Amino acid sequence: MSTLSTNTEISRWSKIWNSNMGYSFRRNPVAIVSLAVFIVIAIMSLLAPLIAPFDPYDPAQIDIMNSEYPPVWVDGSDPQFIFGTDDQGRDLWSTILYGTRLSLMIGLCAVALQAFLGISIGLIAGYVGGRIDSLLMRMADIQLSFSTLMVAIIFLAVTQAMFGSETFNQYAIYFLVAVIGVAEWPQYARTVRATVLAEKKKEYVDSARVLGFGPLRIMVRHILPNSLSPIFVISTVQVANAIISEASLSFLGLGMPPSQPSLGSLISSGFDYIFSGSWWITAIPGVVLVVLVLVINLLGDWMRDILNPKLYKG
Amino acid sequence: MLAYLVKRVFQAIAVMFVISLVGFAIQDNLGDPLRELVGQSVSDEVRQQLRDELGLNDSFVKQYLRFLGNALQGDLGTSYFFKEPALDVILKKLPATLELVAGATLIIIGLSVPLGVYTATRPNTIFSKIVMGVSIVGISIPVFLTAILMIFVFSVGYGWFPSYGRGEVVHVFGYWDTNFATADGWMHIILPSIALASIMLPLFVRLIRAEMMEVLQSEYVKYAKAKGIRPRRIYFVHALKNTLLPVITVGGVQIGTMVAYTILTETVFQWPGMGFMFLEAVNRVDTPLIVAYLIVVGFIFVVTNTIVDLIYGLVNPTVNLARMGA
Amino acid sequence: MSMLSVRDLTVKFAMRDQNVTALDNISFDLGEGERLGIVGESGAGKSITGFALMNLLSRPGYIDNGSILFEGEDIVQKSESQMRKIRGDRIAMIFQDPMVTLNPVLTIGQQMIETLMAHRKLSKAEAEQIAIVKLREVYIPSPQERLRQYPHELSGGMRQRIIIAIALLLDPDLIIADEPTTALDVTIQADIMELLLELCQSNKVGLILITHDLGVVSQMAERTLVMYAGRIIESGPTREIINDPQHPYTQGLINALPQQTLPGHKLKQIPGSMPSLTTIPEGCPFSPRCQYATDKCRRIRPEIVKYGPAEVACHEVNRLHETQSEEQSA
Repeated sequence: MSTLSTNTEISRWSKIWNSNMGYSFRRNPVAIVSLAVFIVIAIMSLLAPLIAPFDPYDPAQIDIMNSEYPPVWVDGSDPQFIFGTDDQGRDLWSTILYGTRLSLMIGLCAVALQAFLGISIGLIAGYVGGRIDSLLMRMADIQLSFSTLMVAIIFLAVTQAMFGSETFNQYAIYFLVAVIGVAEWPQYARTVRATVLAEKKKEYVDSARVLGFGPLRIMVRHILPNSLSPIFVISTVQVANAIISEASLSFLGLGMPPSQPSLGSLISSGFDYIFSGSWWITAIPGVVLVVLVLVINLLGDWMRDILNPKLYKG
Repeated sequence: MLAYLVKRVFQAIAVMFVISLVGFAIQDNLGDPLRELVGQSVSDEVRQQLRDELGLNDSFVKQYLRFLGNALQGDLGTSYFFKEPALDVILKKLPATLELVAGATLIIIGLSVPLGVYTATRPNTIFSKIVMGVSIVGISIPVFLTAILMIFVFSVGYGWFPSYGRGEVVHVFGYWDTNFATADGWMHIILPSIALASIMLPLFVRLIRAEMMEVLQSEYVKYAKAKGIRPRRIYFVHALKNTLLPVITVGGVQIGTMVAYTILTETVFQWPGMGFMFLEAVNRVDTPLIVAYLIVVGFIFVVTNTIVDLIYGLVNPTVNLARMGA
Repeated sequence: MSMLSVRDLTVKFAMRDQNVTALDNISFDLGEGERLGIVGESGAGKSITGFALMNLLSRPGYIDNGSILFEGEDIVQKSESQMRKIRGDRIAMIFQDPMVTLNPVLTIGQQMIETLMAHRKLSKAEAEQIAIVKLREVYIPSPQERLRQYPHELSGGMRQRIIIAIALLLDPDLIIADEPTTALDVTIQADIMELLLELCQSNKVGLILITHDLGVVSQMAERTLVMYAGRIIESGPTREIINDPQHPYTQGLINALPQQTLPGHKLKQIPGSMPSLTTIPEGCPFSPRCQYATDKCRRIRPEIVKYGPAEVACHEVNRLHETQSEEQSA
């Protein structure tokens, strides 16, 4: 029994490997390198507690006397700290590992939330149609006409002012996921709705209806699979955007607090020291952030070229 | 046309209404206006009396209507910190932000159209590949990081450009001081404008390129070729006009996004605009100022979107404005 | 000497693994003012022939071999800027779907005037006058107003008339019309064809009419080419081809015409379907669907040879003729 399941497993992998997508992947060095870099970053940040030499959240391990050591390849460094230390004396390497984990997690969760909201709303709007459809789509228009970042900044600023920094910092991660997740649903909703409208006309949906399947089943089992490739392409871009949004918000002091820094807040705390010469506190997490977003964008670009889905414009 | 206009304006008013509700809800719940007025050392009795006098014990609807009435007359409350009408505080900061946006917009429009058209029509040249490569790096660097990088390189490193502030400005009229009148003003606005444009420009280059490539595959472009029309005219008249229609729609949304990015740029460059002011107001819990900012920015969004929609309708002959209004 | 002389024209498409042949050694001639019909199923290479004559193949298609002599000069050898002088001026083209052929954001006037000004030194006012004259010729009412209108304000039939007017703007020697009525309502198809015929005759313009409809060809063209899977399988005077088709495929096409079927009977279809360009069989491309196919047909590709007034690419044409006349006499 178990051999059987591994067999099907293998054949599925070889199917993907030999498909159009697999073919173009193997022939595209940029895509291969991007995926490799992404996997390395993802695994390292996931295993941060195991890899990191220090725990940046543990005040007992932080000594303010260690602050602003440069990276090891610069004069005056301490070999304990590969990438040097930040203004509070934290090991920058460990802090980056934990910070990347936070950035990646917030980005992925926010996009999962976007996708869930957007796909549900898109399915409903497209399938039900009529007044509900036009109402939902009008809402999507209006929502889209406001920049996500703007909405997020105002929402987080007011929340912070209302609850005070202390409470806000404690729940910052949830606020970030919620605000980035809620603000971008129209992207998914419009694309899914367009697919639903196109698929609804086709015969198999009619026959499924005639066979007595409920609307939920028809939508999830029959229509949704057809919108997977645009959803896939949107999702990569959205993860990249969500990570940038999170970093921007944290940079403004409206996201993760310095005690529990994401890449954005780390860059922000380093910015105050850039004029005094401690460039690494900003530069190294900056490079990590850019590389992370860049490889995701490159993968998204490659996927868009291959899958070439009809994305909703405007 | 008129019906469409009316409908569009009606929608804009509805959105502004929602924004004002949000603004009022914030004002109602954030901070205590009494403490700002009289401090802590007042007895509960006096406090209650003051609340009555200020109308703070009135019903929600009554208070909201008063807020709305004042707002319509341009009274958005008095800033706790500046002790000035909040709207005045913002209007003083508005020109700095608008000039920054104008600088960035100039860069974006000036470069995105030629680069987008070039990369679409000559996709296999080395220059196109470089442009596309740079653009994907560009959209992967957050605005604030570009800003920091530029300060680090061009201000701290080479010392070519100043790193903060507006520098020498010249008074134009009202609250308007301009950067564009002196060399020093120009030097100050260059880095922030580039930083603000840095994420939008690659986005537009890629958008124009993608749309253009699609249009170049169309039947009417093939037909124009079959008529013996010169490539230059095909690219810039036949194709570009059709390319720009979707670009205008996206562009409208992006103007709003740019206002959000001014907050980041202004923070890094300590640019005395309304974004910088807003973050200060948040730190000081200056509620009237926060609410006023929300309403002014909401207003800017709604107005630009409405205008963009109308321009779209005017530019695109296939949009029948009269029918869209129905 | 003929106005247009196509010799051994071969067009290929560059694909990922191999180059696919879309047109295989096409040769034909067209005299001045002559009207030629090119008939075939979709995918037979008719449209590709049209675009190849304009040297307008879009990638990945390219002319691999052969020559296209137009008024004594080889179009294949011409540079892009030399070609541009011919397109729209000496050879004009009418596209399939008038709804997507005209640029939606330019007025009819702009699209007519730009064509004139691309080829002649004219002022805008002069160009406008010519445009108005040509619009009258295609029976467009109030042409002055039309010039200011956008394509979407006009019906499909009206737009196709305008496209015909644009084709005639510079008094070309040849018009290539690629299925000019397929996208139109059935009721106006005949009108447009009649108009096209009338204008070609009165202006002495050569016409290459690309269509899948043998009935249309019989009314419009003096000579006809039948194409199948990228090759010419039969050519000759239209009357001969309609009345006495030689190639089994042509016979099948004619038998499938609704006029050939008694009311209440099923249309006679040719069994099977045309192979795609990547799967063209060895030997005669029609052999898998041909009831007369022999071993030779499946192995060796037949060359096109003279047979009576026509030319046919079929090994079995003689036998075919005998058996069929027997059937008829029996």
